[in-house]
Amino acid sequence: MSIRTHIKANQSWWFIDWREIWEYRDLLWNLVARDLTAVYKQSILGPLWFVIQPLLTTVVFTIIFGTVAKISTNGIPHFVFYMSGTIFWNYFQGVLNQGAGSLVSNTGVLSKVYFPRLIIPLSGIFVNFAHLALNFVLFLGIYFWFLFRGSEIAPNVWLFLLPVLILQCGLMGLGFGLWVSAMTIKYRDLRFALPFLTQLWMYATPIVYPASLVVKPSLKLILWLNPMTAVVEFSRYGFTSQGTADLFGLGLSWAVTLLVLISGLFLFNKVQRNFVDTI
Amino acid sequence: MTEPAISVKSLSKCYKLGTIGRHTLVDEAQYWWHKFCGRDPRHHMTKIGHSATEARKVEAETKGEQEFWALKDISFEVRPGEVMGIIGRNGAGKSTLLKILTRITEPTSGEAIIEGRVASLLEVGTGFHPELTGRENIYMNGTILGMKRREIDFKFDEIVAFSELEKFIDTPVKRYSSGMYVRLAFAVAAHLEPEILLVDEVLAVGDAEFQKKCLGKMGDVARSGRTILFVSHNMVAVQQLCQRGVVLSEGRASNIGAAKEAVSYYIQTIAAPEQQIDLGLRMRKKGSQWLKINKVEVCDSTGHKVKKVISGQTVRVRLYYQSEKEKPNVPTQVAFNVKTSQGYILANLNSIDSGQSVLDIHSRGYFECTWPRLQLRSGLYDCTVFCSVNQEVVDWVENAFVLDVEDGDYYGTGRLTHRSQGDFIVDHSWVSEQLIP
Repeated sequence: MSIRTHIKANQSWWFIDWREIWEYRDLLWNLVARDLTAVYKQSILGPLWFVIQPLLTTVVFTIIFGTVAKISTNGIPHFVFYMSGTIFWNYFQGVLNQGAGSLVSNTGVLSKVYFPRLIIPLSGIFVNFAHLALNFVLFLGIYFWFLFRGSEIAPNVWLFLLPVLILQCGLMGLGFGLWVSAMTIKYRDLRFALPFLTQLWMYATPIVYPASLVVKPSLKLILWLNPMTAVVEFSRYGFTSQGTADLFGLGLSWAVTLLVLISGLFLFNKVQRNFVDTI
Repeated sequence: MTEPAISVKSLSKCYKLGTIGRHTLVDEAQYWWHKFCGRDPRHHMTKIGHSATEARKVEAETKGEQEFWALKDISFEVRPGEVMGIIGRNGAGKSTLLKILTRITEPTSGEAIIEGRVASLLEVGTGFHPELTGRENIYMNGTILGMKRREIDFKFDEIVAFSELEKFIDTPVKRYSSGMYVRLAFAVAAHLEPEILLVDEVLAVGDAEFQKKCLGKMGDVARSGRTILFVSHNMVAVQQLCQRGVVLSEGRASNIGAAKEAVSYYIQTIAAPEQQIDLGLRMRKKGSQWLKINKVEVCDSTGHKVKKVISGQTVRVRLYYQSEKEKPNVPTQVAFNVKTSQGYILANLNSIDSGQSVLDIHSRGYFECTWPRLQLRSGLYDCTVFCSVNQEVVDWVENAFVLDVEDGDYYGTGRLTHRSQGDFIVDHSWVSEQLIP
């Protein structure tokens, strides 16, 4: 016979059945399609919301941090500066939220039928990537507008790093999402704490201020330990040639990302096997 | 010798106690605070179980036990093409076993090997999204159940035809009636074509039509030579559909053999005490519960408790209850219905219909229903018990007891009438008259 299922106790925590996840790839795409279409059905503006959210955030940032607080942007046009940070942050946050809720919000389905549970957080990477792509088109439009108006920005060779940064952003969101999701099984508090914590985290990331503003060495280390710093700074640098491209920082950021991702995968894998018993 | 389709080897499942209900830091802090003060920390989290097993768990916990074995050392094999019934009372571990075999949760020890593609009918319509159309949900639900996209493409028209929803297939399912919803969901599940089907009787809570469809589908699958594991406490269905049976009791497998033997073992040794003791602990879906029916006794005409009742004789059914309030002369409705194995309701014996619409409620007491000349033929009939006071539903227990009927001399002629002559016995007489031209 073709398929054989072996159910046993105490499977090793590092064993993740990637082949099975591949078998369920059609489910992954269906989940992605569902999340992209179902959410905005019966809303007048539909998918335009994907674009309106970051646009309005950028406008608010431009007014508050740029015009009122007058925080330096290293000479980058305010709109480009804030938007480049916002769209990446939104991608990260989107993947994180989807991952974080993957077990608790889907208990109904998960306690009735089995499929590889990793599929749910994984789908978040793709769903939010679609949002990112839409935002990116908008961003490029604004970017070129400023470029042709002769702002002091210029793309450079670091722009080729962009796919790597996007990948890192997604993996990071996944890694943290898996952690939160696994911890939420034990402590529901995290569900309420998460929006608040991500808000704080956003301000710890150079989105409304440039990384160069932080000069104290100890604070600088903390800033670059935050893996989102490298993503935001490098993408900004690639587009505008303004700011810093700290290779050590990028390496550190990747190290943190992979550490969180791999430990998150194992932790999630361990928790998902029995979570319906305690939920 | 072919490989068994399902082989279960010393499977056990243990739940750690003392962690129930500690889901937030506040709960955790409360738990330790109570412990610190020397009080029983379990006190503040008395919780009504949301499943039968949960009730047993809470019971074990209040006894101060550290762990609870929902399943203990279960071993059995199911050969390809065999239909195996798993029977046992509520909380015996049936659902836990299914949950492990469907990989929803993991066993604590032991293992199970399943050869072939598995599908489970634990619940239909899993993953339906109200905003999506019927078409989109077929794909969604199909892939959740493990089908490939191409496979669904291939069977799509068949699924739609089976559901009889051609006209509405591009309408969001939130506009569907509940009947349409179930039809679509079942159509998807029915086209899975698994080699092994795991079925929980829970799905038989749908309407009679749906149950018939489910059981019919199971019959089809069984006849086509595929393997089925059927979890149920519907003895007649087990006897009709299954070749072999396993009896689960308190998490242990106590009898593995021919379905008939397993059923009679169950009825003699396990089912009977359930009717006396466990009703108070049974899960309820409805009712405010200030009055609780905690025991049902089936008696003969003299009021003596019996295990079986006989066609044609008078049956008295006593519903023992405990009530938090005493109310003399209140509008009360107490009833039980009588269902076939397929869930078809044959009769409903209701105090309002029989004219006793005002009754006394004591703090402890029983309602007794007298049923003269039992018209049922031999078989096991599931009975659901219901009670309402002043239009308020106070208790409702699905399948609270089983009426075990044996054929008797209904007409007093010394002849037994055969089952094949119909499901009912009716009082009647004949005369012959001459037509005068």
